[in-house]
Amino acid sequence: MLEKIRLNWFSNVRADILAGIVVALALIPEAIAFSIIAGVNPMVGLYASFSIAVIIAFVGGRPGMISAATGAMALLMVPLVKDYGIEYLLAATILTGIIQIIFGVFKVAKVMKFIPRAVMIGFVNALAILIFMAQVPHFLGISTITYVFVGVTLLIVYILPRFLKSIPAPLIAIVALTALALFADIEMRTVGDLGTITQSLPSFFIPNVPFSFETLMIIFPYSIALAIVGLLETLLTATIVDDMTGTESNKNKESRGQGIANFINGCFGGMAGCAMIGQSVINVKSGGRGRLSTLTAGLFLMFLIIVLGELVVQIPMPVLVGIMIMVSIGTFDWSSFTYLKKAPLTDSIVMVTTVLIVVFTHDLSKGVIAGVILSAIFFVAKISQVTVTKTVMNEASHFKVEGQLFFASVESFLEAFDFSVRDEKIIIDFSTTHVWDDSGVGAIDKVVLKYYENKNEVKIVGLNATSQQLVDKLAIYNNDNAKMSAH
Amino acid sequence: MYKKILLAADGSDHSIRATSEVIKIASMNETSIVTVVLVADYSQAKSDVLHSGSSVELDMKRRRKLMPVEELLRAANINYRVEILHGVPGPSIVEFANKQNYELLVIGSRGLNSLQEMVLGSVSHKVVKRAECPVMIVK
Repeated sequence: MLEKIRLNWFSNVRADILAGIVVALALIPEAIAFSIIAGVNPMVGLYASFSIAVIIAFVGGRPGMISAATGAMALLMVPLVKDYGIEYLLAATILTGIIQIIFGVFKVAKVMKFIPRAVMIGFVNALAILIFMAQVPHFLGISTITYVFVGVTLLIVYILPRFLKSIPAPLIAIVALTALALFADIEMRTVGDLGTITQSLPSFFIPNVPFSFETLMIIFPYSIALAIVGLLETLLTATIVDDMTGTESNKNKESRGQGIANFINGCFGGMAGCAMIGQSVINVKSGGRGRLSTLTAGLFLMFLIIVLGELVVQIPMPVLVGIMIMVSIGTFDWSSFTYLKKAPLTDSIVMVTTVLIVVFTHDLSKGVIAGVILSAIFFVAKISQVTVTKTVMNEASHFKVEGQLFFASVESFLEAFDFSVRDEKIIIDFSTTHVWDDSGVGAIDKVVLKYYENKNEVKIVGLNATSQQLVDKLAIYNNDNAKMSAH
Repeated sequence: MYKKILLAADGSDHSIRATSEVIKIASMNETSIVTVVLVADYSQAKSDVLHSGSSVELDMKRRRKLMPVEELLRAANINYRVEILHGVPGPSIVEFANKQNYELLVIGSRGLNSLQEMVLGSVSHKVVKRAECPVMIVK
């Protein structure tokens, strides 16, 4: 036990603290920008990033992964905030936590394995597109200087890292361009125009909403969507961190941990969050491996806000927009284009459908659910195809059956046979098929009995052991009575 | 001749040419052992995970990249083992080579990532600068 604590927390102290600081610096612009997307005060996102990061450091199942306020979650809460306000968002965040804890307890993480990769690729691409779209109103048609600042920010964040790796480029862009805007007295919208920064620690309070069934009905759909999307992004991120570090993680513990983090976070005035792919990659790349890196990220973030809050409100919006455009470019899966060319058509359709549904509904959960249903339909359609090939050898007709024989495929199986023949020898070879259920056995029965009606001789060969068992148990064709009545 | 040889490979044409050179060197000494390393690049981790159904499949995909290299080594009867590292290609190779005290490091002049560098691959450049053992760059 002690040994485990030591390994999780203190095996990599120096690198963990340094990586945590880098992550905290990178978290600030994102937490503010995601608050603006959700339509809440920047403090809601900053408090969320602080609370979630600190709590998940203790209760998470994937050490070294960074969780905070995220774009995926912010995008889901937009209508709730617009129609009902921040208090309902906080209530929804608490409920999201409860749902995620329940998911964790019932090991829903396992079910996530069934989400096809086409849907996951669609998910990240849709997320990238939505983050980008959310930036458009902040730079399109405002002023020339806005375009210039967005452009310069992009140049800095893409070119500077080639020469200077130790300090995150977005931070340099923020510091340099905020200073420039202040000294040159350039007129631009700032973070302060969209909200206030309070230089204080979050405090505990119960969201001011009526505790009624009506409230529950308002927040429940949002909470369930937040819970699903949050876990989806979290488990994807955990798998990426697993791969990068070459270690395993406890996905169910992580699901529970996300729930606990969101529950407490909602009580301290933060918006629902989840794991972040980009930040976790930054953390691992910077050397962060243990829980200490996540804890440092949260604590240092809060420290910076308390110390530098007054300067944070001066950040020009175009700079933030530039950084968010970088985030959306980084989120997009650029290998999707080769994927579209190489993957089976049905997978491509699932991926594109997921993206389109999200972009039109602005709801990631709807895209994911539609994608899963669509790929399930494609899957059933694919395996319900049974092919039967006929060859004539030694005066007997051989039928070779290929595919899965079950309720959805019996029709195409039955259509393959011609029952008008008389007095023939018929051999049906099942060696490349599997009989799954009563319908499958029923179909075999039907074929055999139909052939018997016209005095054909039928032999069934090649059933595998489990299929044979099922046929022995359920089939009536080899029952003497049935045979007698057929003769 | 060299006994502990490290071959950094990514399945590119250059790394296959590097393999042929390694075979020439290793076949001069029956006791020499070749370690083939492939670096799973951090910056590819997201798309690697997204595009594979499970970690087993991902392992297989990476291992498959080295198949042509392994085939050459097997055909030449060279003792070898394969190691997959996770990290940034240049520094990971250097760290691995220095820690395990390899006597010779062989690497292709350019990898699969042709976008990054036009003349000499950035990875091989970094490796030459920081590795503590002799480095052979194969064109």
